[in-house]
Amino acid sequence: MRITKRLVLAISAAALAFSMGAAHAEDALKLTIASEGAYPPFNNLTPDGKLEGFDIDIGNALCVEMKAECTWVSQDWDGMIPALQAGKFDAVIASMSITPERLEKVDFSKKYYNTPPAIAVPKDSDIKDITPESLKGKTLGVQGSTSHSNYAQAKYSGSDIKMYPTSDEYKLDISNGRIDAVMDDVVVLGQWLDSDAGSCCKLLGTITPDPAIHGPGAGVTVKKGNTALADKFTAAIAAIRANGKYKEINDKYFKIDVYGGED
Amino acid sequence: MTESFINARPATVLRPPAPPKKWTRGRVVGHLLVGLWIALLIGLLVYLYSAWNPELIAKYGPTYLAGLKTTIGLVGSSILLGALISIPVALGRMSKNRIASSIAYAYVYFFRGTPLIAQVFLFYYGLGSFKPQLEAVGLWTFFREAWYCALLAFALNTAAYQAEILRGAVRSVSLGQWEGAASLGISKFVTFWKVILPQALIVALRPYGNEIILMIKGSAIVALITVYDLMGYTRLAYSRTFDFQAYLWAAIIYLILVEIIRHIWDWLERRITRHLIR
Amino acid sequence: MEGSIALLGFGEGGWGPSIASGVLVTVSLALATLPVGLAIGFFVALGKQSPERSVKLAANMYTTIFRGLPELLTLFVVYFGAQIGIQKLGQLLGYQGTIEINSFIAGMFALGVVFSSYASEVFLSAFRAIPKGQYEGGYAIGLSSGQTMRKVILPQLIRIALPGLANLWMILLKDTALVSAIGLADILRQTGVAARVTKHAFLFFGVACMIYLVLAILSSFVIDAIERSSAKSGVKR
Repeated sequence: MRITKRLVLAISAAALAFSMGAAHAEDALKLTIASEGAYPPFNNLTPDGKLEGFDIDIGNALCVEMKAECTWVSQDWDGMIPALQAGKFDAVIASMSITPERLEKVDFSKKYYNTPPAIAVPKDSDIKDITPESLKGKTLGVQGSTSHSNYAQAKYSGSDIKMYPTSDEYKLDISNGRIDAVMDDVVVLGQWLDSDAGSCCKLLGTITPDPAIHGPGAGVTVKKGNTALADKFTAAIAAIRANGKYKEINDKYFKIDVYGGED
Repeated sequence: MTESFINARPATVLRPPAPPKKWTRGRVVGHLLVGLWIALLIGLLVYLYSAWNPELIAKYGPTYLAGLKTTIGLVGSSILLGALISIPVALGRMSKNRIASSIAYAYVYFFRGTPLIAQVFLFYYGLGSFKPQLEAVGLWTFFREAWYCALLAFALNTAAYQAEILRGAVRSVSLGQWEGAASLGISKFVTFWKVILPQALIVALRPYGNEIILMIKGSAIVALITVYDLMGYTRLAYSRTFDFQAYLWAAIIYLILVEIIRHIWDWLERRITRHLIR
Repeated sequence: MEGSIALLGFGEGGWGPSIASGVLVTVSLALATLPVGLAIGFFVALGKQSPERSVKLAANMYTTIFRGLPELLTLFVVYFGAQIGIQKLGQLLGYQGTIEINSFIAGMFALGVVFSSYASEVFLSAFRAIPKGQYEGGYAIGLSSGQTMRKVILPQLIRIALPGLANLWMILLKDTALVSAIGLADILRQTGVAARVTKHAFLFFGVACMIYLVLAILSSFVIDAIERSSAKSGVKR
């Protein structure tokens, strides 16, 4: 009997979780923001499951600027845009590039950073340069459903492209020697190469971004049509750029200014 | 009076046959439920028709086909490899030797007691961190490839299940068959091969069919280790188009695949057990 | 070795707490799915042995579909599809806010549907094992069909179906690992995060397998106890 009672309790607890979020009132802006948590140094998870990184710090600074109460949730990369469309959260700050493909489905703020892609290889690699010809017949690891994977599929069709669920996994596989090269953001690769975990490999070179695939940089993603929120984020980005908060966060993580050129 | 009372069959007196074509509650519910299914099916077809996008089909159709090939290839080879591995495991399970039987038991318990997805991760990422050791014994070329890792994990997994199927089937053949063969002076090996196994396989046929279907369904996780099967390409298509029909097409393909196998199996069973029908 | 203990421990930099929370998620998901799956499975089995052809057809379609789809696919269809569907329905009814189906509910529902389609087969064969005389006896002493079902058939049915259901429970426990793919922080997801961050993949995935094994062993103890007590009540009859 006690077992059935517990089960009833468990079900009712689960039913409570079936929550109905009401439309947010304008005055006290409450936002739920998602990030991935597997893309250091931009976003990653601490052992106790909290999000941290550049994206999170920027997001919090933007929230302060917008006088919004923000809560963070972590969400798998693959399900990020579907979940945003489904209204599971209000915005995504997860180094998501503002690509033409994504703009058909969601809206973005202006960029909050823009760094070029790059390729890294094992230290003893015989790959000479980053051209598709040099990588012909080699295995190239990328994170799936990213602008990098789209670029690799478009330009490096002679290579065997392996798509991983997160960046952590291709790092694991290249240090194990399973793949010959990886392509990702230069900052992401640089940070990893500087750490002990990246001691296997070296940076081969950076790639000139293709605007049609990579877009103008990473922005805050909002649901299609929610331009009011996107504009708020754009204004807040300009504000923290102006008041020095951006530089403070930038310098905490990077030696260079990741914002890139003004557009 | 008494005679007719004795002759009356109580069952028919207690439960007179219900008048046909009456709209009982069960009938109404049944028709409603079937109606709901039909409505869902039509809704699905209408949706797929309205969402029909030749550009999308042209772009992702071939990838689905490639994914389906990977799925079939992977499941087919792992089932065959698993069948080979399952024979020694099943023999171990039935062995009177304590050590052999406990090793086989531990093997079966491990692979049946843990999720396939965890086993796949363990084989791919886990063994990946033992590259120097694997290289030293010359196995790295095998473990380097995600496809082979998946094949090995799947084969070892299905071998555990197949071993139990085989064991159950061999057990189901009566001891008299062994004794009968022994009394004819047939060796144990030949008895097993020519007498026991053919009878056991008939019993095992249905569970084997179920195992193939379970493997097809179970293989849907393999894209998590970069082997892009039907499910993997489906997720890829969805994450790029955010069009829900990506999943619906995959569901239809999987259902057709499973139904084909089920029907082949039914046919096979009818054919093989023809001699048993009296 | 010491390093591994520290990694698995509950101290600074240890992944113990997060793995423990994963175990909690896995176990509560499985426990929450069980009644859903059992209830649906029971009614589907009732439908399958109904004399009414249409009910039988509806029930059979249910099992054909959900036993044919990969569990992972069912999970995604429920997770994304139900969300889109409910959202559309809400808009149709004029509700503007967001109705959220979290991954726990989606996982519970998807796994429950899969569980029920298998459970219905187990119940069906148990139904067939109960002789018709049991129903007739029930009717003969004046019980209604509902009372006969509850007081006469169900107690026997449960006893006959127990081994099959126990088997399905073990499968359910393993299937919960799939919810890590929709972002629920279960055992596999937590150990996976730990494996990627620490690069000790073999250690953490090995630990995940061991935890599932322990859960399976614990379940078999509980199942044995339930089987013993139900066998006892069977003898008393």
